[in-house]
Amino acid sequence: MLKTEELQINIGPQHPSTHGVFRLMATVDGETVVHLEPVFGYLHRNHEQLGEIWTYLQTITITDRLDYFNSMINEHGYCMTVEKLASIEVPERAEYIRVIMSELSRILNHAAAIGFWLQDMGSWGTTLMFGFRQREMIMDIFESVGGSRMMCNYMRFGGVARDLTPNLVEQINLFLEGFPQFIDDFERLMMENEILLARSRNVGVLPKELAAAYSVTGPVIRGSGIPYDIRRAEPYSIYDRFAFDIPVGSVGDVYDRFLVRMEEMRQSHRILRQAMEQLPQASGSYINQAYKAASKQQGLRLPAGEAYCRVESPKGELGYYIVSNGGNSAYRYGIRAPSLINLTALNDMCRGYTVADIVVILGSIDIVMGEVDR
Amino acid sequence: MPLLNQGELRALLERELPGALDPTRPVNRYGNVEATHQLEVEDQASDTMGDTSPPPATGDAAAERQADVVDKEEPSVPPLSQDDAVVRAERLPDVAAFLRDRLGYDYLSRVTAVDYPAYGLIEVVYHFYRIEGGPGQIVRVRVPRDNAVIPSITPMWPGANLEERVCYDLFGVHFPGHPYHKRIYMWDEFEGHPMRKDFEKIGDSYYHFKWKGEGGEE
Repeated sequence: MLKTEELQINIGPQHPSTHGVFRLMATVDGETVVHLEPVFGYLHRNHEQLGEIWTYLQTITITDRLDYFNSMINEHGYCMTVEKLASIEVPERAEYIRVIMSELSRILNHAAAIGFWLQDMGSWGTTLMFGFRQREMIMDIFESVGGSRMMCNYMRFGGVARDLTPNLVEQINLFLEGFPQFIDDFERLMMENEILLARSRNVGVLPKELAAAYSVTGPVIRGSGIPYDIRRAEPYSIYDRFAFDIPVGSVGDVYDRFLVRMEEMRQSHRILRQAMEQLPQASGSYINQAYKAASKQQGLRLPAGEAYCRVESPKGELGYYIVSNGGNSAYRYGIRAPSLINLTALNDMCRGYTVADIVVILGSIDIVMGEVDR
Repeated sequence: MPLLNQGELRALLERELPGALDPTRPVNRYGNVEATHQLEVEDQASDTMGDTSPPPATGDAAAERQADVVDKEEPSVPPLSQDDAVVRAERLPDVAAFLRDRLGYDYLSRVTAVDYPAYGLIEVVYHFYRIEGGPGQIVRVRVPRDNAVIPSITPMWPGANLEERVCYDLFGVHFPGHPYHKRIYMWDEFEGHPMRKDFEKIGDSYYHFKWKGEGGEE
């Protein structure tokens, strides 16, 4: 037998398939990965300290920069935490608008994530743009409500910044009508593609027990067969009103995560349909009028205390931890970033597979460096 | 296994794991907390006032600007929570194992640290949940700022791996027993721990904006 020697190679920080400035130190034996050490910090800007310096209202704008694919859900989680701390009530209509925006965000994120993942696999351009077309339509909606395509800055304490206009409701309904066609086409295009199956089946397997121990969340834990979703585990906002299923995988490989994302888009569409139907009957205004003035000023003061709130972001469990000292900015503002914690399992997922598989496995976790390094 | 209410864990730990709870109450080291903070803020203000260069975008100047906008009231230090289980640092692995194996809290959501210079301690907060759902349990460990050492729970809860590294990097809490006890965000040669409240904020050194009337254009 030939004597082999382990070799250490660097992937990144400048690499097209690391989804940002992310570095992987891979120890390889021939083509097989023996150990993988992720190196963080190339995009670190001490986001948590910014939250301590800026006021509560200003901090909404920087939550957009965490996971810049779904700023709406980031804002939702942050506003929920502040509302919990200050006991601000959110009117029903505002809750509906928030859920609509959150679920649109989830579709946006998954469409893009699958597109990028397929691009990592070598399907250049076409599939990514296929997903991006849907993303574009949703971003048009976000632009109409928030004024910006990615950094929406739409949610406020006690509601949202602007009401949905009848035009916009029509636009969302139009999008929802066309969406099932897209997902069917997408599935037919990709699901039984031979290259996709060869590269993703039984690759990057994460067993059920390991997934729970590593605290991974989102499509990664559901792909491993654990139906853990905050919308069910600890329902927030008005998610207990909607009927939807939580898709789970059976093997825990890369292909399962892809299938889970596809099905989650369908479920989001289901929630959106119900929410759009119930929206006209929802009582209340788009924002809690008592806090409307307060949320426009810088001086919203929260009572001393602390709160921890979790929301289901498309990447996993996004948590905000705020300690208040009674002032107008947080004493401690901490974020549980799903992208970061999901990377804990990367080494175990990649061990024993080839170097080319690293890219596919990393793409299947769906990380955003803005959130990992924050 | 039934879900525990807030405060129930404390009583349970007292009964089942004697000596695990931390009996000490934090002592306010400086006497009047608000007075110390006022002093610090004034120092920073005088520093920036003597400096003719434009105010940096971040750091104390931003805080100062906010204070101007809102009012001059000084922030106080938040009171420490007494409801949750506050455990001794050396007994934390036992408590974590007890939570997982006996009470069924099999999912560690978050490990985070909060710095309280006024009390002279750093609080590390662990949020435990169940995979099946339901509310969680909070376990706290309070360690002195100058000797912040907590045994790592990463060997038992691998999910704590990166969060403990963040706490070490940004807060300077040491976790003996961690398999890869290194800085995570800052570079290895970096000194200090930036999220500590007394870490010196240098502002933005690349700030080239000049105010009108101070010799600069725009």
